[in-house]
Amino acid sequence: MSVTFLIRRLFYLVLTAIVVSMIVFGVTQVLPANAAQMILGEYATEEALAVLNARLGLDEPAVVQYWHWLSGALTGDFGTSLRTSQPVAPVIMEAFGRSALLAGFSLGLVVLISIPLGAVAALRRGRATDLAVSFVSYLGVSLPEFVLATLLLVWLAGPSVGLFPASGYISFLVDPLDALHHIALPVITLTIILTAHISRMVRSEMVDTLGSDFVRAARLRGLSRRRVIVNHALRNSLLPAITVIALDVGYLIGGVIVVEEVFSFPGLGRQLILAIQNRDLPMLQAGALVMAMTYAVANLLADLAYAALDKRIQFE
Amino acid sequence: MRKLFAILGALMRNPQGALGLVLFLLLLALVVLGPVLAPADPESFNYGARFAAPSLEFPLGTDWYGRDLLSRVMSGARSTVLLALLATGIGTVAGALIGVLSGYLGGGADEVVMRLNDAVMAIPGLLFALMIIAVLGSSSINAVIAIGIAQTPGMARVARSVTLQVRALDYVSAARARGEPTSWIVLAEILPNTIAPIIVEATIRVAFAVMTLATLSFLGLGAQPPSPEWGLMIAEARSHLFRSPWPIIVPGAAIALVAVTFNLLGDGLRDVLNPRSGGH
Repeated sequence: MSVTFLIRRLFYLVLTAIVVSMIVFGVTQVLPANAAQMILGEYATEEALAVLNARLGLDEPAVVQYWHWLSGALTGDFGTSLRTSQPVAPVIMEAFGRSALLAGFSLGLVVLISIPLGAVAALRRGRATDLAVSFVSYLGVSLPEFVLATLLLVWLAGPSVGLFPASGYISFLVDPLDALHHIALPVITLTIILTAHISRMVRSEMVDTLGSDFVRAARLRGLSRRRVIVNHALRNSLLPAITVIALDVGYLIGGVIVVEEVFSFPGLGRQLILAIQNRDLPMLQAGALVMAMTYAVANLLADLAYAALDKRIQFE
Repeated sequence: MRKLFAILGALMRNPQGALGLVLFLLLLALVVLGPVLAPADPESFNYGARFAAPSLEFPLGTDWYGRDLLSRVMSGARSTVLLALLATGIGTVAGALIGVLSGYLGGGADEVVMRLNDAVMAIPGLLFALMIIAVLGSSSINAVIAIGIAQTPGMARVARSVTLQVRALDYVSAARARGEPTSWIVLAEILPNTIAPIIVEATIRVAFAVMTLATLSFLGLGAQPPSPEWGLMIAEARSHLFRSPWPIIVPGAAIALVAVTFNLLGDGLRDVLNPRSGGH
């Protein structure tokens, strides 16, 4: 991996950050009602609105406002929530931590489950195991998170079974076991959906690799089946899997938003929906920016991992 | 027209494609005739039969007002499926125009457009749609616009990569040598030859659009009550969560079935229109 590649990739990340921040900020500029109006309500006098507009800096040109917002965001100051009048940054950071926990658990489980599952399906291509895996993952790809989440809620958290709590969040610092119990249903939902996506991809990559010349060559050299599969086929199918998993972080973020809403999990997704419902702009901007940047960084890490692992690729 | 029949014939010989096509035709019939075929009035209350399990009278059970779930799901097909098709249509046309133009022009313009496109794609789809809804307000049609816009960059990327392949072909060079104007070359020479891969991509995206539309309605940001939109039906059922699973299972299965239909159709079309990509 060359230094120029690294620099170029970091440059793209900065470019992405700038464009994303412009889009996120642009949302405020086209919103029908302005923030002062929202704070003071519909019966506010013209003078009161003008005073508050000046105080919030809303009478300045959009470019200046953008610059204020961006320079604040860079120093970790995302302004004050219009709903609670509290600073946005601490709320977002706390919510981000919880969501990251949810996403991290799910992603870990997905990697552990979907890669072996996809590989086994590819090795038994066309047989019962493969058909079962393919059928279930087809179904999983076609099922929105909120449907699965609501069904799991009904079956596993209902009064008759009562295996898991239906909602809420307990900190791992307070009671790790209870925390695990509370986070279980959201994690199970996300894991099932993502496993469906990723095991399909792993299977398809593995089928391609198994049919490739170098795997045949390895077989003809008389290497054991195990060595051919693990050292040649699986290893080469894992590289594309890294990219797929990174791209699926986008789905994961969407899934997190939905699942947090269903299970009343106080994470970033819930804050975002709350902000949209209340037109709480500073909160909406901060939440959206943090989510989009998380995705951008995940993609960067995947690219770097890919470049580091694959000796064939020489990014100039 | 002959070509269309040839494609349909090939599709029927492909197992995924055939199943997808049959389901798609059934769905089309449901969209057109759903409210007529529905066995009962989707809005009429039956207080004597609240939370009923499936029976002869109510084939898929009833909800908390005793409304027939089969009839509700059938009349909701219109709002969910048609709007998802519309959303995908918006995203496909906008994305194809951007992608084909950028790919054809090439050079600096292409570089700038695609870098911007990549940056917009760095925003996860649902998040992007939510931000657009925050601007436009919550309604079905705004959800459709939001999904359409959110799908545009991905579509532009697909269209561009196909355009790059087509642009290198001899007949495009010939058109350029004849001195045809750029707009003519793009519309008459390049666009028609990128349509097959774009249709494949669009078909699979309808499945996403159906799921995203239902998700937005579920979050209260799309269709509003008393619409029988499927995502909204599930959202409303949450107030009666542990009384009966049917008001959740029925619309949930409908969403999944529609998504499966378009996934099958898209996979089948890909195999038929582009045999080299292999059907695994």
